[in-house]
Amino acid sequence: MSLDRDTVADIARLARINIADGELDSLAGELSQILNWVEQLNSVDTKGVEPLVGVGTAMAPLRQDVVNDGGQADAVVSNAPDAVGPYFGVPKVIE
Amino acid sequence: MSTIEGRDGEWEMVIGLETHAQVASKAKLFSAASAEFGGAPNDHVAFLDAGMPGMLPVINQRCVEAAVLSGFGMNSTINLKSIFDRKNYFYPDLPLGYQISQFSDPIVSGGWLDIELEGGVTKRIGVTRLHLEQDAGKSIHDQDPYRTLVDLNRAGVGLMEIVSEPDIGSAEEAAAYVTKLRAILRYLGVCDGNMEEGSLRCDVNLSMRRLGDELGTRCEIKNVNSIRFIREAIEFEARRQVEVLEDGGAIVQETRLFDPDRGETRSMRSKEESHDYRYFPDPDLPPLVLEKSYVDELRAGMPELPDAKKTRFVTELGLTPYDADVLTADRDNALYFEAAADGRDSKAVANWVTGEVFGRLNKDDVSINAAPVPAGELGALVDMIKSGQISGRQAKEAFEAMWAEGKPAQTVVDELGLSQISDDSAIEALVDQVMQANMDKVEEYRGGKPKLIGFFVGQVMKASKGQANPASVNAMLKTKLDG
Amino acid sequence: MSALSDLLCLDISGARKGLADKQFTARELTEAYLAAADDARALNGFITETPEQALVDADAADARLQAGTAAAMTGMPIAQKDLFCTKGIRTTAASKILGDFKPEYESTVSGKLKADGAVLLGKANLDEFAMGSANITSAYGPVTNPWTPEGAATPLTPGGSSGGSAALVAAGAAIAATGTDTGGSIRQPAALCGVVGMKPTYGRCSRWGVVAFASSLDQPGPITRSVRDAAIMLGSMAGHDPKDSTSATAAPVDFEAALAGGVKGMRVGVPREYQADGMPAEIDALWQEGIEMAKAAGAEIVDVTLPMTKMALPAYYIVALAEASSNLARYDGVRYCAREDGADLTEMYSNTRGTGFGEEVRRRILIGTYVLSAGYYDAYYKQAQKVRTLIANDFNTVFNDVDVLLTPTTPSAAFAAGDVDDPVAMYMNDIFTVPASMAGLPGISVPAGFSADGLPLGLQIIGKPFDEASVLQMGQAIEDAAGFDKTPRLLAGAEP
Repeated sequence: MSLDRDTVADIARLARINIADGELDSLAGELSQILNWVEQLNSVDTKGVEPLVGVGTAMAPLRQDVVNDGGQADAVVSNAPDAVGPYFGVPKVIE
Repeated sequence: MSTIEGRDGEWEMVIGLETHAQVASKAKLFSAASAEFGGAPNDHVAFLDAGMPGMLPVINQRCVEAAVLSGFGMNSTINLKSIFDRKNYFYPDLPLGYQISQFSDPIVSGGWLDIELEGGVTKRIGVTRLHLEQDAGKSIHDQDPYRTLVDLNRAGVGLMEIVSEPDIGSAEEAAAYVTKLRAILRYLGVCDGNMEEGSLRCDVNLSMRRLGDELGTRCEIKNVNSIRFIREAIEFEARRQVEVLEDGGAIVQETRLFDPDRGETRSMRSKEESHDYRYFPDPDLPPLVLEKSYVDELRAGMPELPDAKKTRFVTELGLTPYDADVLTADRDNALYFEAAADGRDSKAVANWVTGEVFGRLNKDDVSINAAPVPAGELGALVDMIKSGQISGRQAKEAFEAMWAEGKPAQTVVDELGLSQISDDSAIEALVDQVMQANMDKVEEYRGGKPKLIGFFVGQVMKASKGQANPASVNAMLKTKLDG
Repeated sequence: MSALSDLLCLDISGARKGLADKQFTARELTEAYLAAADDARALNGFITETPEQALVDADAADARLQAGTAAAMTGMPIAQKDLFCTKGIRTTAASKILGDFKPEYESTVSGKLKADGAVLLGKANLDEFAMGSANITSAYGPVTNPWTPEGAATPLTPGGSSGGSAALVAAGAAIAATGTDTGGSIRQPAALCGVVGMKPTYGRCSRWGVVAFASSLDQPGPITRSVRDAAIMLGSMAGHDPKDSTSATAAPVDFEAALAGGVKGMRVGVPREYQADGMPAEIDALWQEGIEMAKAAGAEIVDVTLPMTKMALPAYYIVALAEASSNLARYDGVRYCAREDGADLTEMYSNTRGTGFGEEVRRRILIGTYVLSAGYYDAYYKQAQKVRTLIANDFNTVFNDVDVLLTPTTPSAAFAAGDVDDPVAMYMNDIFTVPASMAGLPGISVPAGFSADGLPLGLQIIGKPFDEASVLQMGQAIEDAAGFDKTPRLLAGAEP
């Protein structure tokens, strides 16, 4: 699979990573190289093989329905770059 | 199914509903923070709910139970192995950058609900699936001029998403489906069904087609939060789509919002990109595996559901199908009725509940659980009528006072001095007294004017200050006058 | 030889004895390490040093020693890979994007070590978000391998991603350190720095509070100077954690006691597929020596085959990068992180993430995003997870016949940053460590010999799920036989 710069730009938008225009071509090259390399996997016959889900642990443990967390709004927002009182602030979203 | 008359022919609606029901749990789906509605901003937030680095989800058993019970309530298949997936997208109210949901392997699949339509018709609506997922936080756009503020109290609260088949053919049917679904969830105690607080909300998928045509393009109307709005949104959207189509236009597959103030749907700001959620199994959560015995146990402990209760009310309690329907539509109403009717004449109690009680609830706009007259006291009142201690008319007077003052039946009856003379000798004395005083009328009666019985009843009742049992008075008069 | 250097030469079991015998105090031991940190600073092994915390911890350790309530790690001056969240202490994941993030919580594993009396010297450098095999992607600068060939002009990398941890332990700047291993991030740097690195079975140590790279692969483990130390430290780190749904409920094991079991009669598999094309002769030679060491110790050697070995690395990169792309979505500049403003929300996200993530992390997020995106999921992620099932099946099959597997840890000795010029070539460093990661198996790297340039080389032992005991026993046998006793030039140079 060879990625072109437009595809890289689309992925970058999806991943919310700003990529300078000048970087798109070189990134397209690097990503294509990696993808070409991983595509050797397609040579493996996996008919009838289940994908691995959950290494080792056969089933998810269940938690009792008990409230013993929360009540720590200060700690929750303590690292926020733009805390507004007990809230997180972000650039205004117009719906 | 109802059709819409267009300019040049009939159109039919094809509707599927996605309902989000908040699980009635104490804690969130994957964290031990409170799932309670409200709270100070960011107070019901564990570090996981804020997407802090290294925080991990652990499934709340109560949410799993709720999903299994709901599945049984909808005649569905419970999948003993299901998978939690990540649905990836960026939004400030989605702190992890993905929603933990179930995509390819939900906990519940298939099933149906029977809905009741006018004229006693029932229709079966297919259920595609039910899965568990996290609710998002709240973005507040109007508190700060430059910023959107984010409160994560709701982030991570457990939701059940219930998807119907596109079997719904009218606003009426949609309303009946949501009503029925809500009743079942409330009966099971898995969701409080409070649409105002958003505990139950619907996305409506609607497309129009000419009778017998292929499916058309659908629009999704997001987050409609009352049954009335669901009706209005569907009515509006159906007409809008027909207009577009008849004008030669095409329906754009899009997400729309319902504006209750204007009673119309409108397109949400179109996203600059199509969604690509990149679902994949959440590697932080091994598969959810349920023991068959555990699921069977849950099934065995299920409460009676509306349909079964309704049938029983008709066949065992002798209620009319109409009364049974009205009484079972809501779990709390049904429980109230059953408590009041316990060991009593069910029909008489049903009359009181559907008449006086529902009337007052409506008038005061309160729910049955807030009714000032508890079920037991209503029963006590009915007992007093039955024993002849008070008359039906007196009972209504007593009921009004009980409702207004919240006092027990006996207290109110005593305070108002209500009592009915049922004692035969006392009534006989009164009858004798009235006959003595009106010998002329007695002669007329005996001379062939049987209608005068009414006059005598009235006189006796008056003499008793309204406290004589009318039936006993009637019987006594007949005996004396005819004798 | 000064008393200080004497202290710095001790491993955990040696220091434990010295503390118990009151030859020195925890404070003296810690002070020696704080002094060593000055010398080691040129290696850039620490992102954050916590000398004040260390002295507080040391005094608390002395009090415990006095009171007779010492636990396994009491008084041991260690470094925590800066991927473990430490309450109130800056945690960076070696990324600019986390800014001055101070967690309000302590990771389970660092908390267990703390509870057992370990002394925190600081937070060790690593590849950004643990993504790398040379510790050159850190936003806080590269780490230098304390081992340098005679007369070499350029410093070598310590391997990665736990490069800071391995370099500090090798340089005598920490008695031991925590690491995390996703595809080899403990074993590979341990091998390249001449120390012991152990990746436990997936689920043995809790991931709660550890900044995630790839959730289905990440596993904390110890980096130490001896196999015995690895056993001691693992004992302190391991255990079921109800806060981590992937944490194993396996019964606790006394790993140190298990060492006494020995390897007599143990069946050791030698997988022929690890005979990689173009493997340097010195690596092959080391492997053969390892086989002889095992034999000499009474083990039985069995040739085995793991046909899917070659596919493990590409499958690993798909799985790890897909998971990483999702795990790193939370770094969006809203609840923490260094935010870069933008005209609107989307721009703020893109600027924050575009500026905050380094080159390799960006590359990996983009690949991970791509392989999960619509239309490619089945071809990439699902296929990789199916291959992963086949890899696990391979191991299950051979473990019907053998107790452990013996392989080289890395395809080469330590290299200079400029020697590996493209991403895929860099990924090849993990070729021997990744298969066990994909199957969630325990593995250890033990220093066993030297390259022609005098650089350390490691042998890897892979075991059955939750059979760390056998892995440690064989590791001990290799360690005993190899007699690896050289110290890196830096430490030697520090001597008066």
